[in-house]
This record gives sequence, C-alpha cells and structure tokens, in this order.
Amino acid sequence: MGDNGQTKTLTLTKKDFVSDQEVRWCPGCGDYSILAQVQKVMPELGIPKEKIVFVSGIGCSSRFPYYMNTYGFHGIHGRAPTLATGIKAANPELSVWVITGDGDALSIGGNHFIHAIRRNIDLKIILFNNRIYGLTKGQYSPTSEFGKKTKSSPMGVIDYPIKPLSLAFSSEATFVARSIDGDPKHLASVIDRLAKHKGSGFVEVYQNCNIFNDGAYEYFSARDVRDDRTLYLEHGKPLIFGKDKNKGIRLNGVRPEVVTIGEGGVRVDDLLVHDETAPEPNLAYILGRLEYPEFPVPMGVFRAVQKPTYETMLEAQIAQDIKVKGPGNLEELLNSGETWLIGPDGDQQPAKSTA
Amino acid sequence: MNPKSTAPREDQAAPHHQLEELDTVTIRFAGDSGDGMQLTGTQFTATSAIIGNDISTLPDFPAEIRAPLGSLPGVSGYQLNFSSHDIRTPGDEPDVLVAMNPAALKVNIKDLVPGGILVVNTDAFVEANLKKAGYEKNPLEDDSLSGYRVFKLPITKLTLGALDEVKLPHKQLERCKNFYALGLMYWLFDRPLQPTLDWIDEKFAKMPEVGRANKLAVKAAYNYADTTEIFTSHYHVGKAKIKPGKYRNIMGNEATALGFVAASQVAGLPLFYGSYPITPASDILHELSRHKNFGVKTFQAEDEIAAIGAAIGAAFAGNLGLTGTSGPGLALKSEFIGLAVMTELPIVIINVQRGGPSTGLPTKTEQADLLQAMFGRNSECPVAIVAPATPADCFHMAIEASRIALTHMTPVVYLSDGYLGNGSEPWEIPSVESLPTIEVKFRTDPTGFFPYLRDERTLARPWAIPGTPGLEHRIGGLEKQHITGNVNYDPDNHDFMVRLRAEKVARIAQDIPPVEVFGQPEGKVLVLGWGSTYGAITTAVEQLQAKGASVSSAHVRYLNPFPRNLGEVLSRFETVLVPELNLGQLALLVRAKYLVDAISFSKVKGKPFKVSELVNKINEYL
Repeated sequence: MGDNGQTKTLTLTKKDFVSDQEVRWCPGCGDYSILAQVQKVMPELGIPKEKIVFVSGIGCSSRFPYYMNTYGFHGIHGRAPTLATGIKAANPELSVWVITGDGDALSIGGNHFIHAIRRNIDLKIILFNNRIYGLTKGQYSPTSEFGKKTKSSPMGVIDYPIKPLSLAFSSEATFVARSIDGDPKHLASVIDRLAKHKGSGFVEVYQNCNIFNDGAYEYFSARDVRDDRTLYLEHGKPLIFGKDKNKGIRLNGVRPEVVTIGEGGVRVDDLLVHDETAPEPNLAYILGRLEYPEFPVPMGVFRAVQKPTYETMLEAQIAQDIKVKGPGNLEELLNSGETWLIGPDGDQQPAKSTA
Repeated sequence: MNPKSTAPREDQAAPHHQLEELDTVTIRFAGDSGDGMQLTGTQFTATSAIIGNDISTLPDFPAEIRAPLGSLPGVSGYQLNFSSHDIRTPGDEPDVLVAMNPAALKVNIKDLVPGGILVVNTDAFVEANLKKAGYEKNPLEDDSLSGYRVFKLPITKLTLGALDEVKLPHKQLERCKNFYALGLMYWLFDRPLQPTLDWIDEKFAKMPEVGRANKLAVKAAYNYADTTEIFTSHYHVGKAKIKPGKYRNIMGNEATALGFVAASQVAGLPLFYGSYPITPASDILHELSRHKNFGVKTFQAEDEIAAIGAAIGAAFAGNLGLTGTSGPGLALKSEFIGLAVMTELPIVIINVQRGGPSTGLPTKTEQADLLQAMFGRNSECPVAIVAPATPADCFHMAIEASRIALTHMTPVVYLSDGYLGNGSEPWEIPSVESLPTIEVKFRTDPTGFFPYLRDERTLARPWAIPGTPGLEHRIGGLEKQHITGNVNYDPDNHDFMVRLRAEKVARIAQDIPPVEVFGQPEGKVLVLGWGSTYGAITTAVEQLQAKGASVSSAHVRYLNPFPRNLGEVLSRFETVLVPELNLGQLALLVRAKYLVDAISFSKVKGKPFKVSELVNKINEYL
C-alpha cells in the first residue's frame, strides 16, 4: 500500500483537488459552496490525495465524487456507507468520506446510515439536507416540513419529518455537527473538525436547493435575522446568542428555555455550558432538537468523543489471532480435523489430527 | 443393504452373534431436534470414514430451532450411506431407521425399505408424544410395522441405568441417550468406539463429568447389544477401494470457506467476507470468522445489501471481496451486482440455494436460482456463474470462482445449495503446491492510465486501487465512456459498452476447461446436470452403463459462460435429458443457446434426486 506518509512537506493546493470534470449542478445550487469548502480544507489536512476516497449514493449531492480529484465511488441509492465501510475495513490507511443527501441517507439508506454510525468506523459523513428531492424533480423528502406542498404532496405532506441529528445521537455517533452552505467560514471549520475526528463523524449541512425548495433556511439564516436566530456552539462556553449577545439557553429541569441575560435576575452563570465531550449525548440530543421559532437554530459541533473504531478493532483481532495461532498456514488448515491415510494397498490408518 | 451370499462368519467376540458381510448400508437417525441426532450422525460418519468406508451424508433438520417437543415439525434427521465401494449419494432410502420418538417414526417410516431395520426408543412412546405425532394408537402395539424388523428398546431407561454413578442432573443424563443410540449402532455395524471416545474427551475437556456420562452411554450400549440377544446378527461393511492419499471428511460449506481462504492465499490478496446470517449459508460466515490469522476480515453486515456493498468496497480497495447468502438474499443484492458489473470489480457472490420462492423452505435444498443468477438484474447485466458438484468440489470451485473474478475483473456467482452445503463426503486433501495459481496485478503506472482501458485478451480493465499515487479516478453506476471511464450518455457509446460487457464475460470461456463426458462420447441418451445432482446422476448412469445401456452423462460446473465444447457434446446424442431440482432452468438455457430439444426432468420437493428416480426416467428414453 506504499508509505503512509502524512508528510509535512506535502504542498497541495485547492486546485489539486479539482477534477477535470465539468460541474453539473444547477447554477446557484448550495452544493457549489460545500464543494468549494471541502476542496479548500483538503490540502490543509496533509493527506496525500491518493489516500482520499469520496463515496456517494444517488441524488444531486452524490455527484460530488466526480468533482474531486481523489479516488471516488459513485454508488447506488442509499448504500454509500456500505461501500465506504468495505473500503475503510480493507485499507484503514485511507481517508474515506461519504457524501449523501436527506433522501439518500435517511430514506432509502436509513438502515446503513445508523449502522455505519453505531459501528464507529472511521468515515466522514456529510449529509446535504435540502429538505426536498432535487434529482427526481421536486418530491418531498424525509426531512420536508409537515404540511409542505410539493409535486408529490399537492395537499401537503402528512409524513412527520425525521431529525437527522436525533438519529445520529441515537445511533451513538461519536462526532455530530451542523453547518450551512451560506456560511462558508463556519462550514470550513466544521469540515476541518470532521476530517480530524477519528471514528464515524456526521455533519448535517443545511443546503439550499434554489430550484425546488429555494430559501428553505432563510427563516433563520437570512442576513438580517441570522444573529438572533442562530446559536453558535462553542465547547466550554455558555450558550449565548442574539445580535446583542444578551440571550441564552437555560435548562429548566430537562426542558430548555430561552432567557435574556440581566432580565429577572438571569446571569451568564445560569446558562447551559456546552460540553461536546460529555460521555452521554443527552444534552447534545436536547440541543439537536432546538428549532426556530421557539429557539435559535444551533450550529457547530454538538458532540465529539473518542472510542475505539471498527477498523482498528478489526485489525487488532487479526493481530491477536496471529499472535495466538501464528500466521495462517494453508497446509495446516487443509490438513486440520480428523484425517486418515490410505496406503497404496488400500490400507487405512488415522493420521494425527492437527486441529 | 443386501447381504452377500457368502456364508456368515462366526464372530469370535460374541460367538452367539453372526457377523454378516454387507457392501452398502444407508442409515438414518431421527429424533426431536433437541435429541442430538445430528451429533449421532456426524460421529457415526467420522468413525466410518476413519475405518475406510466410502461415505456420503445428508442432514435434514427443521427450520425451527426448537419446535415444540415431540412435534412433527421438530423432527431432525441425519442420513448417511457407508460402503465398501465408491458411492456418490447419501442413499435413496434408509435400510436402518433409528427413531427416538413417535414423531420421528411418523415422519420417516415411509422412507424405510421394506424389511428394513427399525430401532425405536419405546420410552418416548407415551400417550402425550403419540398424540403430538398424530397417532391414535401406539404403532408399536399394532401390526402397522410388521413389514420391518423392529427392535423396541427402552433407550432412555437403559441410558439412565448405565449412568447410575454419574452425578449430573437427571435431564442432563437423559440427554446422553443419543450416545446410547450411537453405541447400539456401533455394535450393529461392527465399528470401533475409540474415535468417538477420543472425540468426547476433546470436546468435553472442560466438562469432564458430561464427557464421562457420554462415554459410559456409548460403551454401555455397545456392551448391552453384545451380551444380549436383541440383535441376532450384526454386520460388517468392508473398506472401500479408495485412491491412496490423505483424507478428511468435509461438509460443503466448510469446503467453500476453505476454498476461498486458499484462493486468497494463492492470489496474495486479503479476503473480505461481508455477509448477513441466512440459512443455509451462515456456516460459511462462521468458518471464515475463525481464520482471522489468514488476514481474513469477516463483516456481519446490517443486511444483505450492506454485505455486498462492503464486499464491493473492499474489492475497490484491493481485497478479494466476497459475499455469501441464500436465494432471498441474492434477490436483495441484485442492484449491487449491477453496480459491480458496471464498475467491473472482482467479487464473488456465494448463493447456497434453498427452497423458494420467498422464504420458502429455508432448510431444504433446491437449485432454482440459476435463472436469478443469470438474469435477475435490470438491463443487460452479465455475470459469470459457477456451480460445485459435490461437497468436496466446493473447495475447488471456490478457487475457480475467485480466479475468474480476479482474472477477468467481473462479479462471479457461485451456486451451491443446501444439500451440498450441509452434506459431507471424504475429501482427498490437496497439497498446497497443486493448487492453481492466480496472478493479480494492480495497476501502478500512471503513464497512459485510464480506468477503462482493456486487456486485449480478456477485456478486463485495470485494477487501480486507492492509495496508488497518480491513478486517482472515479467510478460509479452511470454509463462509462469507453477507455476514459467518464460518465457518458452517448447512444453509440452505450451500445458499444453493453456489447463489450457481454463479450468480456463470454471470453471467460477461453479460460475454463471443456465439459467432460462420463461414458461413451456419443449414443442414445446424455444426462446433463449441474450442481448437487452430480452424485445421483453419475450413480444412475453408471448402473445403467453396467447393464450395457447407451447412456452417458455430462456435468456442467461453469454455467456462464458454458464450456466451449458443450454444444458439440449435446449434438452427439439422440436425447438430452436434464434432471434439475427446479422446473427446467438449465434445460431452458441449453435449448435457447444450442437449439437442442433437451428434455427437462424436474423435481422440487426440497430433497435431492433418488438414484432410482433417475434410472426409471432415463430408461424411458433408452
């Protein structure tokens, strides 16, 4: 597999990660921003590009690997985590990324999504959530709002939407974050954190589909309202938001509530302090469900904890087995169990068991 | 079990018993699924193999793990055929039936040959059990069994009596009755106890009291039979003439697993096995997971789709990617097989076929997935298909499947079935040097590299694995442009690529052996088979040939593409008869491809062909 050099002398630039393929997303699509930020972060990671693999399923987002000048695998609908699992298990030295969408990961691929995450195999999963089916031209997705009118729901959606972060927490994810296409700086910082996490990492990116669901996130992300309706999570810091930085999130029993600092005797010390390393994801789960208008929309890293990864333990079991039994010897394996010899005269005698 | 005409000789150990010489015996152990009949059967098999009989076995167990005690669905059976000559099947009907309860008797008695030996455990013939088995009257007390030689023994009581001194709970002592039954059969068929006693020592090393109880049960039964007048005769089945060499008994699923380990070794590639538990394929997962020291990675996936997805991912990354399942699982994997065809990655899909459709008969055998393997995907989606013919042949065909996949960069479907997977036979252990070599070359040179370049002879594309500098490329399920591999929707390119993928699989025929004819190369009838019917077909044809009939057989182990000479072989016979455990799938394929008026002989009962059924059918065309 060659040297595994995360060599410091590596001097790649964003350009090195741009493939020769023409990008075919609709002009104005939020995917462009995500692609640009990933291509920007890549050279800063110090990983040779031949050791990077982008894997995807089906959907607009899943064209992503074609535009990265790394190894890439455009799979089938919903199944990218399975391909990525095989790639990572076969060669743990590779940096393996999964690019998926709300339909791909949460509808047709829901099963693979939760199982890849619970195994804590070292995959970097980025979910482009535009709350709509774009490639098939405008049907509702599993994250579409209740009541939303789409091509396949002219009278309004009667499915309740799934919350991707809640699903990730329930699947025991070790890294969970959220960002948005319209905030490139924040997006880049979250992708950088994801790249550096060891284990199954999950980032939900709110992404605008300007053709079928334009302005889906304007309600909280528009420039004029953003500060009052977004909560930027920072590890070890109290949960403060608002243009005047005077609002915060407090826990009342197990219920979160918005308070104003200085009103009714509320002090900064009363606010919830964000701890992305908390061993149990309970608080992160509560934060992951905060939604406008009752609450600001949290952005950033919700959870980042360490535990042994699947591929490391798989390799460790192999090493352990070799230690106990010695490296596999085919001759011995074939001759194991009860064996017997037949002589030239047809005589039988038991051969010694080597099992 | 026809006693030879030679006069019985006196047995010196027990002068009051006669020892008769037999050449072939089929015995079936049957009981409740908790009675340990599979263990009794495998022990009898191992001992028979060690003393030099040729053997062939067929376990027959219920889909339920523990169906209600004493019920008909809960009956578990194990049939074995042991012989002083070359045999290829577990026998059509048992000559001896050991029935541990009324349900076992009810399910199996119709198969016992007239005049056959029936041993029953009378202790189990109590009213409750009789009722569960649907007997209104105790069959041991009327004349319904008068056509058999019946031996009524209180096996449970005899077992408990023999274990007086053992300090174990009553229930545990009762469980030793399968070893008691084994001891009786060892005496009846003149087998040594030592191999089983040694096995018990090893198996129960950590539970010495249980081991002691089982050993006492075997020995007590043997001595009981030896000193009483229950059986007036016992029987000797001599050694078979077997090719000199070193042998072991092997089950098909085990041989499959070992074959793929061997393939990974000769190819110099790590083996990755993605699988989701399914009957009757799970034993392959169990076996492979025990061989991690060979660098084998087993991945128990969340479902069938994930299992093949991971195998394809591992193949992309340079492993020998493997997935295993049974028919329903193959259906779920279809879309991914299409992706492997499009991305031209080498994987092997093991299908241990079972009765269907849908969930069907999970523990019973069938070979009705040939057309699924051949055509069960969207669009023009050719894959190579191979099928082992016997349990031991699974080893060889696993290597062949891997060789084809790796040499031709293509998915290969490996069609085993429940009968092969769970059946066993002696296997002459090959030397490692005698195994075929598999040459694998990863592309490393970036000069002139394109992901869909072609090898001139095989049309295989280069295998360029992630981690190789300068060969970064993207593959996927969208149509590829010839050579560059870029996404391409051009009509002419698509037409070209569809034909190219077909041609690529067709060219595998250059690299597989011709089909062999068993018997005369021409004549009246050719019996054409594939998969697990080999033993029964060959035995039937051999019997007829011995009587001078103009019949030959040919067994196809490469089903896509077919061996190059198949059409010509078929053309040399007046009649081509195709026995299959389906409604005529191979027959359909050969009729379409060779315009031959092949006659289908179908059976779909979840059971293999009997030799007699085949003999009768072939006779119709002679």
